[in-house]
Amino acid sequence: MGILEVKNVGKRFGGLQALNEVNLSVAENTCHAIIGPNGAGKSTLLNCFVGKLIPDTGSVMFDGQSVLGRTPYEINQMGISRVFQTPEIFSDLSVLENMMIPVLAKRDGAFRMHAYADMMSEKDILEKSEAMLEDMGLAEKRGMQASSMSRGDKRRLEIAMCLSQEPRLLLLDEPTAGMARADTNNTIDLLKQIKEERDITIAIIEHDMHVVFSLADRITVLAQGTPLVEDHPENIKGHPKVREAYLGEAA
Amino acid sequence: MDAIVLQILNGLDKGSAYALIALGLTLIFGTLGVVNFAHGALFMIGAFCAVTLTRLLTWSHTIIDETKTDFLGNPLKVDVPYIYDIFGQSTGEAIIDWAVPLAILFSIPVMLLVGVIMERGLIKHFYKRPHADQILVTFGLAIVLQEIVKFYYGANPIPTPAPAVFAGSFDFGAMLGFDPNTIIYPYWRLVYFAFAAVIIGAVFAFLQFTTFGMVVRAGMADRETVGLLGINIDKRFTIMFGIAAAVAGMAGVMYAPINSPNYHMGMDFLVLSFVVVVVGGMGSLPGAVLAGFLLGVLESFASMAQVLEFLPGLNQIIIYLVAIIILLTRPRGLMGRKGVMED
Amino acid sequence: MLGLTKKDYNLLLIVACLTMLAPFILNPFPEGSGLAQFNAGYPDLMQRFVIFGIFAIGFNILFGLTGYLSFGHAAFLGVGSYAAIWMMKLLTTNVIPAMILAVAIAGAFALLVGYVSLRRSGIYFSILTLAFAQMSYALAYSVLTPITGGETGLQLKLDDARILDGALGAGEQARANLFGLNMSSSYELSVGSWLFTFNTGYYIAAVIMLLAFYLAIRIFRSPFGLMLRAVKSNQQRLNYTGLNPRPYTLAAFVISGMYAGLAGGLMVAMDTQVGPERMFWTASGEVVLMTILGGAGTLIGPVLGAGLIKYMENILSKINSDILHTWFAFLPDGLEDFIITLIYPFIGKGWHLTLGIIFMLVVIFLPGGLVEGGQRIAKLFKRKDDAEDTAASTPAE
Repeated sequence: MGILEVKNVGKRFGGLQALNEVNLSVAENTCHAIIGPNGAGKSTLLNCFVGKLIPDTGSVMFDGQSVLGRTPYEINQMGISRVFQTPEIFSDLSVLENMMIPVLAKRDGAFRMHAYADMMSEKDILEKSEAMLEDMGLAEKRGMQASSMSRGDKRRLEIAMCLSQEPRLLLLDEPTAGMARADTNNTIDLLKQIKEERDITIAIIEHDMHVVFSLADRITVLAQGTPLVEDHPENIKGHPKVREAYLGEAA
Repeated sequence: MDAIVLQILNGLDKGSAYALIALGLTLIFGTLGVVNFAHGALFMIGAFCAVTLTRLLTWSHTIIDETKTDFLGNPLKVDVPYIYDIFGQSTGEAIIDWAVPLAILFSIPVMLLVGVIMERGLIKHFYKRPHADQILVTFGLAIVLQEIVKFYYGANPIPTPAPAVFAGSFDFGAMLGFDPNTIIYPYWRLVYFAFAAVIIGAVFAFLQFTTFGMVVRAGMADRETVGLLGINIDKRFTIMFGIAAAVAGMAGVMYAPINSPNYHMGMDFLVLSFVVVVVGGMGSLPGAVLAGFLLGVLESFASMAQVLEFLPGLNQIIIYLVAIIILLTRPRGLMGRKGVMED
Repeated sequence: MLGLTKKDYNLLLIVACLTMLAPFILNPFPEGSGLAQFNAGYPDLMQRFVIFGIFAIGFNILFGLTGYLSFGHAAFLGVGSYAAIWMMKLLTTNVIPAMILAVAIAGAFALLVGYVSLRRSGIYFSILTLAFAQMSYALAYSVLTPITGGETGLQLKLDDARILDGALGAGEQARANLFGLNMSSSYELSVGSWLFTFNTGYYIAAVIMLLAFYLAIRIFRSPFGLMLRAVKSNQQRLNYTGLNPRPYTLAAFVISGMYAGLAGGLMVAMDTQVGPERMFWTASGEVVLMTILGGAGTLIGPVLGAGLIKYMENILSKINSDILHTWFAFLPDGLEDFIITLIYPFIGKGWHLTLGIIFMLVVIFLPGGLVEGGQRIAKLFKRKDDAEDTAASTPAE
């Protein structure tokens, strides 16, 4: 029984069957990659996990509870954090403030009317935020406005924000899309380190095979809304069906 | 039945004005992505074009008329418009009488110029700024424009009559086969409605059947792609802004006889027109027109005595009430497209 | 101090000093001098400064922090005013219960309007709030006349119930008071040819504004304030961080509605009357102008903006062409007339034109308002100093 259990999920947009009979099980404390050609339904599937989309059929269970019909913030509070394709951070706020928000969300829940206390005197929040920034090598940038950081640092901050919530499942949506080689390698190293140091399950959607094969314990190949194969990375590499799916796209 | 027809007719002239302003607002929003709070001011400037032309035409010099005397026996001083000297008295009188329709010709170049100056001088710099900034700067512009008009024309409404031919009312009901004297309708309102229908038709035809219109429609759908095709979309958008300004201006010219122009009429109409645009669906031209007429007619129905007996004050709030209900049940408005202003 | 950082505490202290010494600061010119018309230290105007200051501070909590642009905030001001005057008519002319009721009713009304309006964002939110405010105005003007007094509005009358107050003596009038201290009573201090007026109503309003300002600082610096700024910055991320933006924005909306209600209640406490025009959308537009002009999202900005606009409204609008002629009398006649023709549209009744132009310039060039302008100037001087420092220190090395 995996931490994330996807059963018979289907989703239709008008005439397009985006997802069809998707079954997937993500085991705890592994890194599970979902790959596939463009338009295979990867992002649609991810959006079904986080409450942005509700599938037409099937079920999505996280840790034994259904996530369907819940809002994104409720699902996050259940323990799923999401990293976006382009880093979604609070650009107008300082790096430290960015960091404090998820920490506050972890402590106080989805809403707490905390209007009179001084933010900077919340010692536990401050310490935790600064420790996380230290961990991620962002401590020096704590006073900077988030929008003025480099793309790699923004990605780092976003991942730090997600991690600070101590999620049980971390969803990554093409975390290295549009990155230069060096930034990509840094991100891979960071994710490897996270995987080793923390009890965390990672589900990653990725286009870049280099990233996938450096990180994944298990890979699901999605094509035209249906899982084609699910196996260990070494078995996926030479799999005829996978080659067909990708070559088909290239042709 | 006749009562219902009467209310529909009564709603048409206001509805026409709403529809024309909302049409321009939507054109500007759809093409330029700008929320123009100064659009009501353009309507107001149009109305004052009618006032200005009337004043120009009646510009007079004083002569002493020896043939008439006042009660003391002195010769009478008479103001004679210059236009009498040029065209003779009877033609001159006719021209003055037709000042409002003539003002349309006068207003088109004026409004195009105002629109282009506005777009090039101010709006252009706000394409990339947040909608809130656009609202604020055009709100500021609206204040400035209406204060300038107030400075030159004063704060009081200026009566600007329609040509004498259209001055009265007629028994529209009898023409439609109802009992006589049930539906009495002023000529000018019918003229206004017909005029609005022609303008709206012309704008749609222009967008539908000309290459220019096609590019603009493509630009409304996807500005960046059209820009990539090497088409100078900015220039076309400037012209589009001028056209939207001219539409608002003409709506204002023709509205002058219905409601004496005053400097704040633009803002009064703008608030309602924005509600109309939102009800119709941001960025939808047919939606804007439909919602304009719909709300105009609804407002007219709500002011029926029978309705007010049950729900007093309904006529005052009906438009806002409908807007609230529609926004909550159909977030994109009646005919709004997906993805427009949803963040 | 007071739970504030040193910087915020100093700001509060400065504002406190300015408001407490306002009767001196705003009356710098001796009576009877040509410049006396620029004196703003009379009770009516000073009261307006602080009351609209409260209104703008509250509006800024919503717009400045969350970015939700409400075009209907005057509705809460009006509702607060109506609530306050009814309290003074029915219960007592003491202003405390009146203001409590004003805040409570405005808050409840804001909860209702906010709950509905906040289901949409962006321009839709602006239009919804505008629609609610215009509806309130139209209803107050027409159907609700029994409660609102319609076009004429409501005033205190001799035959009001005033259950808690004793009967009025002969010739006495019902007046707003604080435990018997009359709002309109003033103490006048004459120093040389200067005249300073210390008005009870002003000081009560000023103290309340200081409290409101202090509370706003606390909100700005609190975790709640951080969440509101996060709403403005990125709602998507907020959602995926396990936070529900709706109750945060609604809370901000209600708080700012309560500020507006407090301002409305104070207005009634000062002039004991209310009319529906207080709720018209132009009044909502005015508070938007104040906040933007001063600097949305800053602490002191809205207060500055409110002060500037009210000063212009009351002082600039009083200048007429006669006054201009006395000012420019030293110039040759032709030049004098020319300059006066140039200036004339911008003063007197034309002050709105000046306001509109200033506002546009601020939106175009200074999105951060006067506060940003001040910061830029300060930076300019600082840079100069730095440059001089390095220039001075280089030879020494």
